[in-house]
Amino acid sequence: MDFPILSSLIFVPLAGMVVVMLMPKQNVGAIRWTSLIFSIVPMLTSFWLVWDYFFNHAASSVMAYVEGPYSWIPSLNIQYYLGVDGISVPMVFLTGLLTAVSILASFNIQVRVKEYFAFFLLLEAGMMGVFVALDFFLFYVYWEVMLVPMYFLIGVWGGPRKEYAAIKFFLYTLFGSLFMLVSILILYFTSEPHTLNIMTLIDIGPTMSHSLQMVCFIFFFIAFAIKVPVWPFHTWLPDAHVEAPTAVSVILAGVLLKMGTYAMLRISWPMFPEVLRTLSFWIAVLGAIGIIYGALVSMAQKDLKKLVAYSSVSHMGYCMLALAAFSSVTAISGCMFQMVSHGLITGALFLLVGVLYDRAHTREIAAFGGLGVKVPVYTGIMVLFSMAALGLPGMSGFVSEFMVFVGAFGALNKVLVGICVLGVVLGATYMLRMVQNVFLGEFDMARWGGLKEINLREIISVAPLAVLTILIGVYPKPLSILMSATLQNLVSLMAR
Amino acid sequence: MDWQLPEYNLRMMLPEIFLFLWALVVMTFDLVTRRKEGSAVGYLALVGLLITGFILSVTGYGCGFTTMFFNDPVSLFFKIVFLGAAFMAIASSFGIIKQKIVNHRGEYFGLILLSTVGMMFLASSNELLSLYIGLELTTIPLFVLAAFFKDDKLSLEAGIKYFVVGAFSSALLLYGISFLYGLSGTTDLVQMKINIAMTHLTYKNIGLIISLSVVLLVAGIGFKLVLPPFHQWAPDVYEGSPTPVAAFLSVGSKAAGLVAFIKIFLNGLSAFYGPEMAPNDWGRLVGLLACLAMIVGNVLAIRQSNIKRMLAYSSIAHAGYIMIGMVAMNKIGVASVGFYIFTYLFANMGAFGIVAFFEDKSGSCQIASYSGLSKTCPLLSVSMAVFLLSLAGIPPLAGFVAKYYVFAAAIKAAGVDTAYSWMYWLVGVGLLTAVFSLYYYANVIKQMYFSAESSPYRIRLSAPAMSVVLIGLIGVFLFGLYPEPIMRFASKMSLVLGLIQY
Repeated sequence: MDFPILSSLIFVPLAGMVVVMLMPKQNVGAIRWTSLIFSIVPMLTSFWLVWDYFFNHAASSVMAYVEGPYSWIPSLNIQYYLGVDGISVPMVFLTGLLTAVSILASFNIQVRVKEYFAFFLLLEAGMMGVFVALDFFLFYVYWEVMLVPMYFLIGVWGGPRKEYAAIKFFLYTLFGSLFMLVSILILYFTSEPHTLNIMTLIDIGPTMSHSLQMVCFIFFFIAFAIKVPVWPFHTWLPDAHVEAPTAVSVILAGVLLKMGTYAMLRISWPMFPEVLRTLSFWIAVLGAIGIIYGALVSMAQKDLKKLVAYSSVSHMGYCMLALAAFSSVTAISGCMFQMVSHGLITGALFLLVGVLYDRAHTREIAAFGGLGVKVPVYTGIMVLFSMAALGLPGMSGFVSEFMVFVGAFGALNKVLVGICVLGVVLGATYMLRMVQNVFLGEFDMARWGGLKEINLREIISVAPLAVLTILIGVYPKPLSILMSATLQNLVSLMAR
Repeated sequence: MDWQLPEYNLRMMLPEIFLFLWALVVMTFDLVTRRKEGSAVGYLALVGLLITGFILSVTGYGCGFTTMFFNDPVSLFFKIVFLGAAFMAIASSFGIIKQKIVNHRGEYFGLILLSTVGMMFLASSNELLSLYIGLELTTIPLFVLAAFFKDDKLSLEAGIKYFVVGAFSSALLLYGISFLYGLSGTTDLVQMKINIAMTHLTYKNIGLIISLSVVLLVAGIGFKLVLPPFHQWAPDVYEGSPTPVAAFLSVGSKAAGLVAFIKIFLNGLSAFYGPEMAPNDWGRLVGLLACLAMIVGNVLAIRQSNIKRMLAYSSIAHAGYIMIGMVAMNKIGVASVGFYIFTYLFANMGAFGIVAFFEDKSGSCQIASYSGLSKTCPLLSVSMAVFLLSLAGIPPLAGFVAKYYVFAAAIKAAGVDTAYSWMYWLVGVGLLTAVFSLYYYANVIKQMYFSAESSPYRIRLSAPAMSVVLIGLIGVFLFGLYPEPIMRFASKMSLVLGLIQY
């Protein structure tokens, strides 16, 4: 038997959590470094996975590195079944990278350090699990397991309204997940013989009765849309983002939101193509509302972090638009590109906002001005990512948005896509206004004279994100090759 | 006249007989040692439960007193639950017997054991009168136990309330039983099942009497199961009783109600299930009560500031979830009922145990007083959080698998025929109220973890207390990650009941 590489992605962080919990809590330094090591191991594994997948498996859409299916709970036909393909490998990569980066960025956490890192590693285990699980029950377990550490991370280490934000996040997501649970059970009892194997159910899905397909699709959609978040299910997001500590915001924006779109692509889209055809226009409308609404609300924000949070709503709207154009491989690749690039860019923006907040203890845009004079390096990096976020050519954001629009324009209502393009202009508006108000203009020497430049640890944590953003922007081909066979197959499944 | 003694086969009743004698030994021991050896009495009771468990494991299946007393998978499964509940209740009582119950320790432990004997007897009885006697033997010691703090007004109130309600519900139950006897001419459940079906086929108009007895029986057992509208006693009684007794009530007494329900309805009245039997259909009646239980329990629990009252409402809600599995009336359904109560045992006894230990130290049951506990008692807080999350049904803890199992049973039943699609509503209500439940469970976790100050209380657990926490944790994790053995055991129960295996 081969080395269970996918299980190691889940269980190394879990082992790390146990180790961290057993360490004495006074030994803060050791705890930090131990958890960093335990997050670097899965990160390197995920790098290797991308490398190996690219050269050995990318040509076919078959699941690679499959583990199982091993019987886990035979009474209910529940199996331990893992595997990755072209859409999960990039997500595993993103999870591995962003978790390590976030843990490095969390070294400034001072209170209850041990619990913080233990929860963080548990969170990583849950996220990895979601992206590699191929059994519905297993998928659901990971999907939910992740909520608990997230709840604690927001609730204990968050901002002033942390309790409200934490419980809102928990309840909102649980509410959605329970819909998914019903769908899972309906699918289980409809399939003959009963199974929870996602791959088998994708084959069975289109043979179900229309009403059941519709019910299952809508229930899945609610569960996943809350995670994305699709307008009008987005209201938990600004609260959670604003109150969460920096590193947790990075994970929220970088990985958690992608789970929703990933799950749509993995589960409900290929499973119920017929319903998808019926509803695709409305999904596109929701995506369009998300794009425009998110951008407009971002423009009105006074708080830097809230601005980035609402820009996430807008950017995930592009993903939804692309997903609605399910018949176009370009659009779906655009969606995947957008997921990766939004993870990198928004992750970095949250890190940078955190850097500023640590020093200034405020995130109010109006409080700053002319910071470019005092902290040029920080300004440079921040402007770089702002440009990436508004879709400047040469960076990953542009590639993904371009692909989304090209794909969607061919497949969807052209007026609708035209309206969505406006979102790019609005995106440029709020980002440029933010850059202008914070970094340009008059510098308040009396207030910000003592502001310190970004330090080496912080630069190290942002640097890989910057490199990747530019790399994908300049040469997107490898990522596209990595996913193409899987996406071709997905599109053909959705065309059934 | 050729009259033959029935075959007693007393060997089948050995665990009950032993535990009954052991209860007397425990009380006598307390007297002999002149009420000085507080903990020793408790340990003696624990040892008795362990020996009973051992005897139970070697007794095997069979029947005694001709067909009155059955040892089958149903009774064995529930007896394990009863013994477990009694064990954890007694193990969490060591703080109370040191501080509050100084004079009557023997009686305290003896009564818990006697009540357990009643439950075990009930689980084995296959006949309405012995079932009734078992139920009485279960509840009468509990009346006394609820009022055990005789200087405490709340405890006395709890005792009286429980006594009045309990007596009333027993009367209803007995009344219902008398109708069944009148219709069938027998109290033997298996014989009754046949006779009533025959009567029903012969005389088409026995409907009203069956309806009446179904309603009476549901009400009578509903009181034990705390199904609304028969639930009002529970919060007051839980609040006033000694905490371990409340825990024992919430798990042991509920499991006793469940086993009575299984015997009377799933076995004896199984012919009167399903929409085609309307208006005699008990399925939809109980389904409605289950719905009410989930709504009432989960919604009212949100506003509670006393943790025991909160857990009381949560126990009402859990009764509702369990009844979903019951009314599904299929193989998975019965198995899920067993599995649910089994996992509920660990999570709920664990949570109540911690409430008891906290109360021993701080004297308070207010949720607000748990503030900052995670800083002074990390292990206790983590355990409490785990128990509460399991009750809320968060994977991978056992409570989640139990809920999944129950909902699976209902969805399976609903998919069989459109006449049963009302079960989708049960599932819907169950899932929505599960979201509410997370709110109040998380509220306790919030107090323990999210507060910046640390708690003034630092709790050191005694050995028995530690055992409660550890047993709870092991149960919640083990049966969440590897539920298969219990599921398999629980699904044996449906074989006995002869349910349609669809």
